[in-house]
Amino acid sequence: MIAHRTSLRKKTALVATLTLLAAAGCHKKQAAPPPPAAMAPQTVAPPTASITADPMSIDLGQSVVLNWRTTNATSVSIDGIGQVPVNGTQTVSPSSSTNFHLVATNSGGTTEANVRVTVRVPEVPAAPTNNNVSSEADFHDHVRDIFFAFDSYDLSSDAKASISDAAAYLNAHPDIKILIGGYCDDRGSAEYNITLGENRANAAKTALVAAGVDGSRIRVVSYGKEKQFCTEDTESCWQQNRRDQFSIDQ
Amino acid sequence: MSFRMIHPAPISRRHGLLRLMTALLPILSLPWASPLAAQDWVHLTAGNNNTEIRLAAANFEPIAGDPTTLIDKQTFDTVLFSDLSNAGIFAMVSKSLAPQPTPGSPSEINLGLWAQAPASAAMVAFGNISIQNGNLVANGFLDDTRNAQYPQVFAKQYVAPASDQSARELAHQFADDIIFRLGGGIPGIAESKIFYAQRTSSGNKEIWMMDYDGANKVQLTHLGQDSISPAVSPDNSLVAFSTLARDGFEIRMYSLLLGRLVHFTDIGSANISPAWAPNGQQLAFSSSRSGSSEIWISDPQGSLSRRITNYGGLDVSPSWNPRTGTQIAFISGRTGLPQLYIMDADGSGVTRMTDGGYATSPSWSPNGQFIAFAWDRHYGPGAPGGQDIYVMEVATKRWIQLTHDIGRCDFPTWSPDGRHIAFANSPDGHDNHTRIVSMLADGTQRQKLTSFGADMPNWSWK
Repeated sequence: MIAHRTSLRKKTALVATLTLLAAAGCHKKQAAPPPPAAMAPQTVAPPTASITADPMSIDLGQSVVLNWRTTNATSVSIDGIGQVPVNGTQTVSPSSSTNFHLVATNSGGTTEANVRVTVRVPEVPAAPTNNNVSSEADFHDHVRDIFFAFDSYDLSSDAKASISDAAAYLNAHPDIKILIGGYCDDRGSAEYNITLGENRANAAKTALVAAGVDGSRIRVVSYGKEKQFCTEDTESCWQQNRRDQFSIDQ
Repeated sequence: MSFRMIHPAPISRRHGLLRLMTALLPILSLPWASPLAAQDWVHLTAGNNNTEIRLAAANFEPIAGDPTTLIDKQTFDTVLFSDLSNAGIFAMVSKSLAPQPTPGSPSEINLGLWAQAPASAAMVAFGNISIQNGNLVANGFLDDTRNAQYPQVFAKQYVAPASDQSARELAHQFADDIIFRLGGGIPGIAESKIFYAQRTSSGNKEIWMMDYDGANKVQLTHLGQDSISPAVSPDNSLVAFSTLARDGFEIRMYSLLLGRLVHFTDIGSANISPAWAPNGQQLAFSSSRSGSSEIWISDPQGSLSRRITNYGGLDVSPSWNPRTGTQIAFISGRTGLPQLYIMDADGSGVTRMTDGGYATSPSWSPNGQFIAFAWDRHYGPGAPGGQDIYVMEVATKRWIQLTHDIGRCDFPTWSPDGRHIAFANSPDGHDNHTRIVSMLADGTQRQKLTSFGADMPNWSWK
């Protein structure tokens, strides 16, 4: 369980880093300096330009209509969109708050106009890379390890309740395949314990199949006492080792 | 030497089994100590009695000038003395009592000197050693000091290409010949091997092999996964074992002739604890391919599998009767905690042998009459729990305890001569503090063969 938490933390940190990188990338693009203004003859008046956004503030995923008007411009561009007609509208869906920066140019000079669209982002962004993390945490919330009595592979009432939750979750997520690892405490025979662990894992598989989970989604491996969660000679430690561990089978 | 045992059974039963074992195992000669009969702990003495032949092994005489001969000679002398001591059937004459000078040939030996005190030898092994044409050559002689007219029991020349190991090999061969002549016609074990699982520096267990005395440890597998329960075939050509694979433990087959894995059919589920039939054509093992763990038998390629047990409980750790090949001992949890059972090789005639506790890891003796196994007779939560090595006489279900108070013991395995048992021992009970120990089959002369990290010994058939 500790190992899962650690890996979850690592993944969360990784996502946060990616988000920061993405934001930094976006910002850099906006901050790119405008094209250098051409030296214009004094005889031509510079263009006029205005840009509006409707609405000025949206939730993530909603769209906003940009509307711009210029006069006397020979060339109009908006950062992030490119060359645009001298007058026009465009619907955009920015993923984060954005300054739309318009540059209108003619031989007399350059005029700029800006409008800022605020995007309200939910506190935990649901970026695509986030799916595995949330589903893994979700998985372990719903599919919990179960524990066994001494020298037993019978499911306790607690274990049956856990299996019931697990079956509901697995039936709702038919794409997930699972690995059930059977484990034993380190007393007794190494060989006998492998068969005991096999029967512990099979007991969980049988219960899941009985609850409607397709058996082909379930891989069963007995580790006997070859792998241990806890290595002290105490009953609480032995109890930790007498378990079925559930994990997503990659 | 002292021999101690705990036994709750009536005294007459104890005495009877000991007499029986005495008859079957020449090393056991255990006079009954009646003053202690009323106590639970019984101390018996073995050794210092008339049945052990008093044998002297003289240092060999080096011939010719090659300086490496001297190193080989010392190795030869040490290994020969060690092999003869380990055999368990001799009272060895200490080297410090040997008369001078060292005899190199029958014409040089003064048997009268060896026969009288302090050596008091009944038999003398001696000879010479040299390097000739790139070969190490040892001429060995065994003389009977009480037969003045025809003292020579046998003389034999041993030759091997000179190498690091040749002195050991020749000493083993000479020792085995002596043991064969003086030990009731049972071949010696000096050339036998022990296979075992060794935890490597990366934390996995791999299959290793060593000489019977713990020398020459060699790693056989490099699979990078846990490999356990090695079992060598009767002809020393194949080692079956079990490796943790993607779908659980699978039987694997290693060829000692080719030095690599050879085919064994993967089935999926847990397939563990392989055991060879004495004909080398059948392998019994535990498999859960049908849902629960049962004993199956296949050919050495994993084909032609058939299920032998069908009881629903856990069945594991089969061991064939090596004498007949018609019976299999195994461990079953069909009535709760694992117990020792025997059955015919077709699955009929299932008989429970132990009456409680937690029994594991049977090993059927070469003569077919005993089963060694590990037993914790008071197993359970809160129980002090001592898992020790026991030997049970199959015909009567009477047993004796061979180890006491040395920590957890498991995986007994008989030497080919039936005079020794090697086993895994963990002084503090921790799995990573397991080492392999050998002893005589009466529990005496324990000696460590490995350091910590070695487990599951399996003694070769010859």
